[in-house]
Amino acid sequence: MRYLPLTDEDRRAMLRKIGAASVDALFGDVPPSVNQSADEALPGGMSEISVERALMSLAARNLSPSRAPCFLGAGAYRHHIPASVDHLIQRGEFMTAYTPYQPEIAQGTLQALFEFQTQTAILTALDIANASIYDGATACAEAVLMAHRMTKRPKAILSSALHPHYAQTARTLSEYAQYQTTVARHQSGDFAPLIKALDGDTAALVVQNPDLFGAVADLTPLAAAAHEAGALLIYVFNETVSLGLLRAPGDVGADITAGEGQSLGNPLSFGGPYVGLLAARAKCLRQMPGRLCGMTEDAEGRAGFVLTLAAREQHIRRERATSNICTNAGLCALAFSCHLTLLGGEGLYRLAKINHARARSLAKRLSEIKHVRLTTPLFFNEFTLKTPIGGAELMDALAEKGILGGVPLSRLLPDEEAHQKSVLVAATEMNSEEECALYAEALAACLS
Amino acid sequence: MSVVKAKAESRGLHLEEPLIFGRGAARGRSGVDLEDADISDSPLHKKNLLRDKAPDLPGLSEPEAVRHYVRLSQKNYGIDSGIFPLGSCTMKHNPRLNERMARLVGLGDLHPLQPLGTVSGALLLMERLSEWLLRLTGMAAVSLTPRAGAHGELCGMMAIRAALRERGEERERRRVLVPESAHGTNPATAALAGYRLEAIPANAEGRMDVKDFRARLGGARLGGTRLGGDVAALMLTNPNTCGLFERDIVEIAEALHQAGGFFYCDGANFNALAGRVKPGDLGIDAMHINLHKTFSTPHGGGGPGAGPVVFSEALARFAPLPALRREGEALLLIENRADAEKRGLRPIGRMASFHGQMGMFIRALSYMMSLGGDGIRQASEDAVLSANYILASLQDLMSAPFPSPCMHEALFDDSFLKGAGVETLDFAKALIDRGVHPMTIYFPLIVRGAFLIEPTETESKESLDGFIEAMRSLARAALDGKAEMFKDAPRHAPRRRLNETLAARKPVLRWGGREI
Amino acid sequence: MSATLYTKQHEWARIEGEIAIVGISAYAAEQLGDIVYADLPEKGATVARGGEIAVVESVKAASEIYAPLSGEVAEINAALEGDPELVNRSPEKEGWFLKIRLSDVGERRHLLSAEDYQRFLQEESA
Repeated sequence: MRYLPLTDEDRRAMLRKIGAASVDALFGDVPPSVNQSADEALPGGMSEISVERALMSLAARNLSPSRAPCFLGAGAYRHHIPASVDHLIQRGEFMTAYTPYQPEIAQGTLQALFEFQTQTAILTALDIANASIYDGATACAEAVLMAHRMTKRPKAILSSALHPHYAQTARTLSEYAQYQTTVARHQSGDFAPLIKALDGDTAALVVQNPDLFGAVADLTPLAAAAHEAGALLIYVFNETVSLGLLRAPGDVGADITAGEGQSLGNPLSFGGPYVGLLAARAKCLRQMPGRLCGMTEDAEGRAGFVLTLAAREQHIRRERATSNICTNAGLCALAFSCHLTLLGGEGLYRLAKINHARARSLAKRLSEIKHVRLTTPLFFNEFTLKTPIGGAELMDALAEKGILGGVPLSRLLPDEEAHQKSVLVAATEMNSEEECALYAEALAACLS
Repeated sequence: MSVVKAKAESRGLHLEEPLIFGRGAARGRSGVDLEDADISDSPLHKKNLLRDKAPDLPGLSEPEAVRHYVRLSQKNYGIDSGIFPLGSCTMKHNPRLNERMARLVGLGDLHPLQPLGTVSGALLLMERLSEWLLRLTGMAAVSLTPRAGAHGELCGMMAIRAALRERGEERERRRVLVPESAHGTNPATAALAGYRLEAIPANAEGRMDVKDFRARLGGARLGGTRLGGDVAALMLTNPNTCGLFERDIVEIAEALHQAGGFFYCDGANFNALAGRVKPGDLGIDAMHINLHKTFSTPHGGGGPGAGPVVFSEALARFAPLPALRREGEALLLIENRADAEKRGLRPIGRMASFHGQMGMFIRALSYMMSLGGDGIRQASEDAVLSANYILASLQDLMSAPFPSPCMHEALFDDSFLKGAGVETLDFAKALIDRGVHPMTIYFPLIVRGAFLIEPTETESKESLDGFIEAMRSLARAALDGKAEMFKDAPRHAPRRRLNETLAARKPVLRWGGREI
Repeated sequence: MSATLYTKQHEWARIEGEIAIVGISAYAAEQLGDIVYADLPEKGATVARGGEIAVVESVKAASEIYAPLSGEVAEINAALEGDPELVNRSPEKEGWFLKIRLSDVGERRHLLSAEDYQRFLQEESA
């Protein structure tokens, strides 16, 4: 077997050293009632060639966005990843390292994390960022729990325009941690119902920007209202690239921001692994979950990095830890950081502008089609279309024509009648004007 | 930065690399060519929604960026560099075939919300992985959703609470028993799931004290409080964190079930058992499987992992959303509660976005197919054999607190260092100077100055012998009174010992920030 | 100055009128090692004898501190915020944690004298 170096001769020699007659003797503590014989139903091993063939045939059954124009978003976005990013994260010293518990021989991972934390903090205009959470939804849930611990208040108000996966994840975690979540229903950009819901029990307002429907809004008044009520504002984002163009969470008054970092450096990969970003004001530091990398000096006085403030974490604090998170999204955070280093602030700004321009151009084309209506006037790179027939049905019809046209809102909000004939459409730098024209043509054909 | 006292200089192949920040010259550089799109007529301008300038982040050209990260990588030790015997972490070889498979067009580039009719191959792949996991564990159901081990623990503990709720016992059963030797994630998870923790001591053999466990379970009195009838679950790692199989596990499970509690098993150490012992035969109700340990997906310097959870019949219905389900010819992805409830399921809810760590599923499946059932069994046996070989080769010089054999990891304590003026930490740092990554130290907590060594099955005998020789020569040096060498170590790593106290007292968590 | 009294959880208290100054013993500070952070309650908070009032963190450990006496937090030692090392340098003087306005001075009967605490430490280590 190509992954197992020991030969039978090695095994015999090792057993002699141990003084055991056979490997079975080493399993002597397993109760005799437990069957230890091999499972005949499992297939035998395969060569590289055979595994490749088998998995390639599974891959061939799927409609790949690399081969079909793809306009899907809703929390996962198809962006171009520079070739060097994937090369660099596959360096064995990064990819096959463990969590940096021995900092003297893990300075590479640690410095990269320190840079990641700094990039995230600068991008969000907040003081501190951690070394990543599993994904955007779990980052959002952790942000909510942080707010409860900080304010010692029991309730979080979730915007109804928060991505349903995020809202559901926050609700699941809060329910078990014995906090309440309530959803305040509101139209995109109309925050009055959220402000009205604020009370003395509210730990946080959780609002997404751009929201689920793609709408961009000014959260400044919400921040002011939340602060007046003694609550925190949690700014959630699905699309990191939007931060390149929109006012930063910290600049609109957010206390904590939680979002999905997949857009930079990480492939779609059918939903994971992704990278959750979590940044906050300095006052939140002690309630921050997960790993934090800090700068210090070595015995010779040279600058170096370590994981720090570990007394918040599960391996030290056990049942009193700020979270149970241990393994997070290290390599995805590295991919994010590499990509952002290649872009720089100027590059990200340009990328965001291209996304916005492409989406506007697409929205214009599509909304010119008869019976199709754009319902998000202010958007970044994703918008909602009202369609004359069911969104799911329409997207299936487009897929038949080899176009992945968007995410029907019925997939995310199956219980909401009002959204059954709506589709969420995203455009990025990956969608050429030709693709956009092709899409408009196909959509018109489907509806005629 | 205020903390920097000495300038770090490159020496030979130890190449120093500054932060990407504060370079000055890097302003205006970029490693990505992008056109400048005109958005001057965007309605976003009018509403005060846009930044007034680009984020103040440095950029590097491609050659600079490549060099930056290559230099950083060279300061890291990975499993590709050499033996990485971190106990409890299963640092085995990460096959490159897995990487290639995860990047296939048609797998690595799929959007999670494509019409389900366009991703039948992806769903089939998830089903195949599920089948492997169910076969290997002998359990009734699996949820692929959890994103890492601790996330899987949470999934299992929430399912247990949901099952108790359905039985009308959620309020009464508030205690979770956890052995003192447990991973820190276990108590942290139980607390997050709303439970009160109670630690069970270990016996003299390093296993859970069954007498104490029974007493806590069965309505005895301890310290004036009545205990019993209120235990929700036991969280036990098997093999445990001392590297020992919990011999009484079947009896433990029976007693727990009789008392109405559920059995959560931390599957971090499944690499000792896969292909040989099925957790389903041990009476377990839920167990997470770290694909990034047992099934060879890379640890990535701290993730991403994947922590699928297998369930017994009693808990299967409470698995989180989404759920993969076969109904005749149709392979369904159940994404919402209504669809789940129609089928008699009672999901705890959603725990993350989308459907799980697909990239890790592909890698793990590629590994399982490569090894096959026999290969996985051989891998577990080799892992156990290698750990016992290390135990046998070191126990004359070092001190093993518990009798052999062990399972896949060998445990020593620091009593052999008594009077040497060398502590476990010093010993670990000295190993670095020998070019060897240290083992897990000071864990499990129940052993003084623990050395927990997990070689895994992917080390050759020569590699194991090299490690043993490094350990033996250091043990001799410690006993020969060469404490100074240890206190000074490491001397040859990219950095000498780092001041962790300073880092925690005056946290500098980002460039350009103040101490917080 | 009045006598320093101790608990078996290694807190100390010095009672001056209706105020008790509270900290951790030299023994506890040494056991914890380099203290990096002290999480103190807010002024005005009510504390009950035996209840958790603070947490001290060293690099590799965190320990809860319990109220030796009941009352209300009258003052916290602001110097610890910028200089947690004070607890190591001067655990039973400058490194105090907080002052409690006592609700029941009689609770002092539950505390150990310096001699009894020393005896307790010896028994523990034996």
